[in-house]
Amino acid sequence: MQDRPDPIDLVRTVAQTLREKLMPQLSGSSAFEARVAANALDLVARQLERADASHATEMQRLESLLDRTGTLEDLNRELCARITDGRLAADDPGLKQHLWATTLDKLAVDQPTYAAYLAENNKQ
Amino acid sequence: MAGDDLADVLLRLIRRLFGERCRVASISRLSGGASKETLAFDAIEEGGDRRPLILRRMPPHTNAKVGAPEIETEAALITAAMAAGVPSPRVVHVLAPEDELGRGFLMQRIDGETIPRKILRDAAYAGLRPRLARELGGILARLHAIDVAGLPSLQTITAADELAQLREIYLADGQPRPVFELAFRWIAEHAPQEPKPSLVHGDFRHGNFIVDASGVRAVLDWELTHLGDPMRDLGWICTNAWRFGGIDKPVGGFGTLEDLIAGYEAAGGGKVDVARVKFWETFGSLRWGVMCLGMLARYERGGDRSIERAMIGRRASENEIDLLRLLMPRR
Repeated sequence: MQDRPDPIDLVRTVAQTLREKLMPQLSGSSAFEARVAANALDLVARQLERADASHATEMQRLESLLDRTGTLEDLNRELCARITDGRLAADDPGLKQHLWATTLDKLAVDQPTYAAYLAENNKQ
Repeated sequence: MAGDDLADVLLRLIRRLFGERCRVASISRLSGGASKETLAFDAIEEGGDRRPLILRRMPPHTNAKVGAPEIETEAALITAAMAAGVPSPRVVHVLAPEDELGRGFLMQRIDGETIPRKILRDAAYAGLRPRLARELGGILARLHAIDVAGLPSLQTITAADELAQLREIYLADGQPRPVFELAFRWIAEHAPQEPKPSLVHGDFRHGNFIVDASGVRAVLDWELTHLGDPMRDLGWICTNAWRFGGIDKPVGGFGTLEDLIAGYEAAGGGKVDVARVKFWETFGSLRWGVMCLGMLARYERGGDRSIERAMIGRRASENEIDLLRLLMPRR
């Protein structure tokens, strides 16, 4: 087993250091670059925190929607094929529930301040 | 070409245009794309009169992007737009080989604001915001009425053409994305009858118009202009990606679709079919989502290893939620 500090903790600490200690000493494009870097590290921390659980629930939903097993990528490919050829229609309630849940899980990592995400997340 | 050389060559051009005693000051590079760059500078005349100018050019030995209007065509479009009553900078000179600056043109530099968050939030634009959608509608109607017969030839792009282009980029990315797949299918099934092609600006959105408190001062960026369905421009400005948080105001986060359409119809743009605008709004979310994948490819394949480029790949999902809100609304 790997030792501590925990990677999520480490990544968050680096982001915080960039923001609080380094950015105030930078200007122009360097300051911008540092801000984007801190945002990227925050995204990595959110993914490390959430991805295992969200991938597991995505897998369960896909297995029941498609009635088969496989890797996440296989199942997503299969889902795409069934949407494209119309075997799964846009009004299928299982499809709708799955796409919403999966997309909200993605946004929780990618862009948790996106206005459309905030509006939809409040509906849950 | 080094900065000093550029300043010298620019000075020679300015003196040929505005007189031997002209000076050049405050040169700054506004943007440098892969093939084109934009420089801002001032030409200062002997008496101290200042002409704020923009040089938009393809430096020598660069190649144009396939399918995009030639840079001289951009200059012709700006001039035609101005004549048609679209707020535009005046084109003062189209570069010739003897100018030694590559290909491009000089135009007036217009003061004002382009930054979306400022236009949406600053008190200075509080009076403008309620009027802006209607004004932009009128501008689009005049833009779409430009007679293309007098212009250099432009590509005709149908909805089906563009959908096929996006499909290619999506498939090259390789990650299965069920929401994009749903959108591809919906767009293919709901594509409206192709209208008689007219001039389409192609990138009419925040960032490409300059405003001051009194209204729109200039429409910018004719790089994606083509012939096609004029409703594409109305849909694109409504696409959620360009609302910058103002998600309940479809037009740029500041205005209503009703106002945009009222301005369009009042300026002679003809009757607007709302369903067609909604179609192009949806198309816009898929377009921006797939464009994010295109930028991700440039990061992953080594063309641009910047963090900014990498992070744009993580913005594809914003468009997935926007598409779900349009195609599978929950309530």
